[in-house]
Amino acid sequence: MKKFIEFMDRPDIRKKTRWILIAILIGLVLIDPFMEKHPVFAVEKLPAFYAIYGFLSCALIVAVSKIIGKLWLQKREDYYD
Amino acid sequence: MTSFIPPSGIFIAGALLLPFFKGKLRNFLIILLPALAFISLHLLPSGNSGLVEFLEYILVFNRVDRLSMVFGNVFIIMAFAGAIYSLHEKDISQIIAAFIYVGSALGAVFAGDYITLYIFWEAMAFSSVYLIAVRKTDKARGASFRYILVHLFGGMLLLAGIILHIGSTGSIEFEFLGLNGLASYLILLGFAINAAIPPLSAWLSDAYPEATVIGTVFLSAFTTKTAVYTLARAFPGTDILVWAGIIMALYGIVFAILENDMRRILSYSIINQVGFMVVGIGIGTPMALNGAVSHAFAHILYKGLLLMSAGAVLYTTGRSKCTELGGLYKSMPITLGLCLIGAASISAFPLTSGFVTKSMIADAAAHEGLTTIWMLLTMASAGVFLHAGIKFPYFVFFAKDSGLRPKEPPLNMLIGMGVPAFLCIFIGVFPQSIYQMLPFAVDYVPYTSYHVITQLQLLMFSGLAFFVLLKYLQRTDTITLDTDWFYRRGGQIVVNMVGTPLVHLSNSLSKTCFETIPAFLIRFGENPTAAIKIGVDTMGVWADKKMGRTPSLKKLVREKKIYPRSQIKPLSIGAGVAFILFFFIMMFLIVLNVI
Repeated sequence: MKKFIEFMDRPDIRKKTRWILIAILIGLVLIDPFMEKHPVFAVEKLPAFYAIYGFLSCALIVAVSKIIGKLWLQKREDYYD
Repeated sequence: MTSFIPPSGIFIAGALLLPFFKGKLRNFLIILLPALAFISLHLLPSGNSGLVEFLEYILVFNRVDRLSMVFGNVFIIMAFAGAIYSLHEKDISQIIAAFIYVGSALGAVFAGDYITLYIFWEAMAFSSVYLIAVRKTDKARGASFRYILVHLFGGMLLLAGIILHIGSTGSIEFEFLGLNGLASYLILLGFAINAAIPPLSAWLSDAYPEATVIGTVFLSAFTTKTAVYTLARAFPGTDILVWAGIIMALYGIVFAILENDMRRILSYSIINQVGFMVVGIGIGTPMALNGAVSHAFAHILYKGLLLMSAGAVLYTTGRSKCTELGGLYKSMPITLGLCLIGAASISAFPLTSGFVTKSMIADAAAHEGLTTIWMLLTMASAGVFLHAGIKFPYFVFFAKDSGLRPKEPPLNMLIGMGVPAFLCIFIGVFPQSIYQMLPFAVDYVPYTSYHVITQLQLLMFSGLAFFVLLKYLQRTDTITLDTDWFYRRGGQIVVNMVGTPLVHLSNSLSKTCFETIPAFLIRFGENPTAAIKIGVDTMGVWADKKMGRTPSLKKLVREKKIYPRSQIKPLSIGAGVAFILFFFIMMFLIVLNVI
């Protein structure tokens, strides 16, 4: 276990892991036109719809959270004390 | 009554026996009780049993059908895992409270009538609040107090609804209700508080993170999921629940992203996940209900697992804020591995339990042609990975190294985490194991290449978004305002508005009664005759002024100045005696006359 962690911690392995993840991302988009789709809604027919929608959803959620957090909801930890 | 004890009875009676045992025997009993309850559960005859006459009603303690059995099974499995996880705990009172809590939740799930349901509902509130209060920090005490107040309020709403319902229908049977009239609205509100539907949800994120390490693990599983069960029983197909669920799912994500405390992140994530179930109940088709129920089953296991791993971190480091954690993967790799299984399950990665259950709800929405709902559910699915799948493990186990090098938690904690971790994978690989338990026949194939690839696209690109936007997600030393503001701060404001005038009144009253009046009496007592004279003269001056005459102020000023001495010549004792004698003679005459 310890050896495995040390192995994963090596800078070159970290870099490789990152490249593998990026390759998976690209692969998931490239495979899109070749798979058999069973869309229920029209939007699902868009190329790589789920990838784009997932990314944009998260960006939107983060943006909305940050804005209402900064302007309104986030307070110092002793707020209720 | 049936000839054996139902599962709820085993937990409650067993919990009360625990204090009489010590050491290994007690540990054996702690593990034996869930096992016995599991056997008892599967010996229960289907249909209604455990009938008890009460007034003119018949209470049904065991209503056994497919819906109640799913919840009964997962409750006992989770209690078993939680029991193993708690074995190191020396404070037996926590385990007693947890078992009474589990027993009450089972009692509520198998209750066939409103009266039994209500009794177990309240028993759950009282046994669970102990798990928060027993942490004995100031924050925990405050949170437990707010927790019980909210649940008592919810219980009152439920009771009012039940009384109205029984009054109008004459029946105590707990069956499909639907929204029709005041009674049903009150009952729905009572359920909604326990299901943590915003704005009635703040008790959850307020109290769960303040409970003890094992307390939070138990709390996460039972209260909200009992409410999911009751909603699925009484309100399937209620349209308002669809939108309530969507709001829960998105609200949970936004707050989890803003939070810093790891157990509070996971608490908001409970609200988010229960949101998916509530949407399923609101849609109300067999497929949607199957999705909601199976998701409850899967959720109890992976959320228990996630909170167990967070509990393990809290146990070994004593810290729970993301800002104070990080880099723990180096010394707690086993905990990390188990945590990642939970994180993958909640995110619904293929081959985990979330994948085979959650997708049923979204697909049910698609089948009904609910485009907006489906879009929002898919957005929420992406957001789940963002906050619970990545944020929690990343900031606790990776991110900036906090320098902490805690050891792995005790073996029993790791085994306790292993049970749900195994089931998360098992259900993901063999979905039939859960599909065959569901209330309706399942005609659903989760593993199509289209479903697997689109789900991976959704999740991997959500993950990409996390790392691209990482600088906006940095942890901050803040808390997040929630609707508990209304009773934490709003309460203070109300108290101030009502209290300030009252305090003022009370102050002036006590000043008058205890200072001004006694001071006057003392001063008066120094020389009553002179004081009366001053009083009379003051009135004389006042009367002179009114009548337009020139008042003789000089005399009054002088009298006041020399007080308590006076210019009045005191009567001699002889005169006093003469006065008394005169008084007696007069009385004597009066008495004689009367006779």
